[in-house]
Amino acid sequence: MTQVTAPMTGVVYQLPAAVGAAVDEGESVAILESMKMHVPVPAPKAGRIKEIRVQEGEFVEEGAVLAVIE
Amino acid sequence: MGQRDRLQAEVARIAAGGPPHYHDKNREQGKMFVRDRLRRLLDPGSFVEDGMLARCEDPGMPADAVVTGIGRIDGRTVCVMASDSTVKAGSWGARTVEKIVRIQEQALKFNVPILYLVDSAGGRITDQVEMFPGRRHAGRIFYNQVKMSGRVPQVCALFGPSPAGAAYLPALSDVVIMVEGNASAYLGSPRMAEMVIGEKVDHETMGGARMHCTVSGLGDFLARSEDEAIGIMRRYLSYMPDNWMGVPDAVAPREPAGASPLSAIVPADQNTPFNMYRFIESLVDAESFFEVKKEYAPELITGFARLSGQVIGIVANQPAVKGGVLFVDSADKGARFIWLCNAYNIPLLFLADVPGFMIGSRVERQGIIRHGAKMICAVSEATVPKISVIVRKAYGAGLYAMAGPAFEPDACIALPGAQIAIMGPEAAVNAVYYNKIQELPEEERPAYVAAKRAEYAADIDIFRLASELIVDAVVDPDSLREELTRRFAAAAGKAVSFTERRCPVYPV
Repeated sequence: MTQVTAPMTGVVYQLPAAVGAAVDEGESVAILESMKMHVPVPAPKAGRIKEIRVQEGEFVEEGAVLAVIE
Repeated sequence: MGQRDRLQAEVARIAAGGPPHYHDKNREQGKMFVRDRLRRLLDPGSFVEDGMLARCEDPGMPADAVVTGIGRIDGRTVCVMASDSTVKAGSWGARTVEKIVRIQEQALKFNVPILYLVDSAGGRITDQVEMFPGRRHAGRIFYNQVKMSGRVPQVCALFGPSPAGAAYLPALSDVVIMVEGNASAYLGSPRMAEMVIGEKVDHETMGGARMHCTVSGLGDFLARSEDEAIGIMRRYLSYMPDNWMGVPDAVAPREPAGASPLSAIVPADQNTPFNMYRFIESLVDAESFFEVKKEYAPELITGFARLSGQVIGIVANQPAVKGGVLFVDSADKGARFIWLCNAYNIPLLFLADVPGFMIGSRVERQGIIRHGAKMICAVSEATVPKISVIVRKAYGAGLYAMAGPAFEPDACIALPGAQIAIMGPEAAVNAVYYNKIQELPEEERPAYVAAKRAEYAADIDIFRLASELIVDAVVDPDSLREELTRRFAAAAGKAVSFTERRCPVYPV
């Protein structure tokens, strides 16, 4: 089980992968918008998305868990 | 036994280090014997040793657990200090400390780099009165390091522990190489932490190589093996002059390795991330980029490279990580690297694509203002040739930290798509016209905002800034390498001093 966390404080802009989807290491699990930049949040390792804990448009603090990969 | 035979016997005994079981333990941990490390590090036959006979009358203390002397790397003279972990776990006694102090004095006298190869259990508490508090005791090692800082390169490699007071040895070096799995540094060991503050924590978490190279910033290079660490040490020196008065050696130029032209790498849309490593690869000589603090605060890239054969130091925002925004740690990393280059006559190239310093309550509590100010200090006082390239954008104090026009770059040049402003169009329109936007009926807002953004974009258009002489040149990306080569060549004779005073009072 690996947690995908927000690298910086911002707003969830897009959630390109759905629960159950397989992701490769480095593939974007979420895209944040912060400081007017789109900040991709890569999967730290390959796996299947077990859980997505945030919604598009939601404010997240740095370190917040966005998704869980198994 | 005659004295000559005695000498031969003593040298052989001391060169073998401590008892065999400590050599076995070293091997199990993937560690080399100290003299093997030096054989790999130095040019063959170049080493002369001082104080080999320290404590030779005590059979349990070969060289008092440290090897010091002078050798050569690629033909250049260096001083070395290397712990012998097979003797009392490489710990420091009175003669150990005296040997270290002396080799530092030699490096200063000879104006040559000093290399610290550390693998030591720290000071011997049982010998403390002879090695800890006095004028030429352990404190003098650190005092000397401070005095040497910026005069001769000081490179530290941790092959094992460097605990408690000894942890200041890496901290006061220019750069620190740490061998993953074996290197550690902490003021209080896990055992002490449990006893004194009640914390239960393992060695790696407390002060392992990976922690220091990714979190604390004490480590600059994370090495997977001792061989790799020694390779890094040798390579690092190839970018350094012998001392603050020298300049790094040039080599034959090589074409960049990057397959894409620079014009194909930077997206026009300001908000889309791209990989700055690709830009660097297509700009500098093939295989010349040598990154410092790769694992730490990766939203800012710092490293040495060669541009048409000449050494430069690169400070580049990395839009692929955290949007390239500057944080507390990246400002700290940038400041230190700029100081390093300025100390050793290494011209600085800034590659700016920066949305600014991070904002928000979290970073304010971390002191983003004073850390950013520290980077601005380093940029201001750097008197080596420095060129700022606005690759895509430089907003707010990001422009200042990346050697914008007010910070005396020898040139500030922009690529044609660059934007320089207090903030980007979206944020600016929102800031200036917030009340007006709110007054409008909802359906009219998008058109109004779009019009204002277009107006704003025209106002900060790079041709307008060039027309106002804010940037010195606007350059096609595919001509950038040639342009920079010529400009750095022109600035090579630069000799300016920043200002006269006793010492600055910078924020840290």
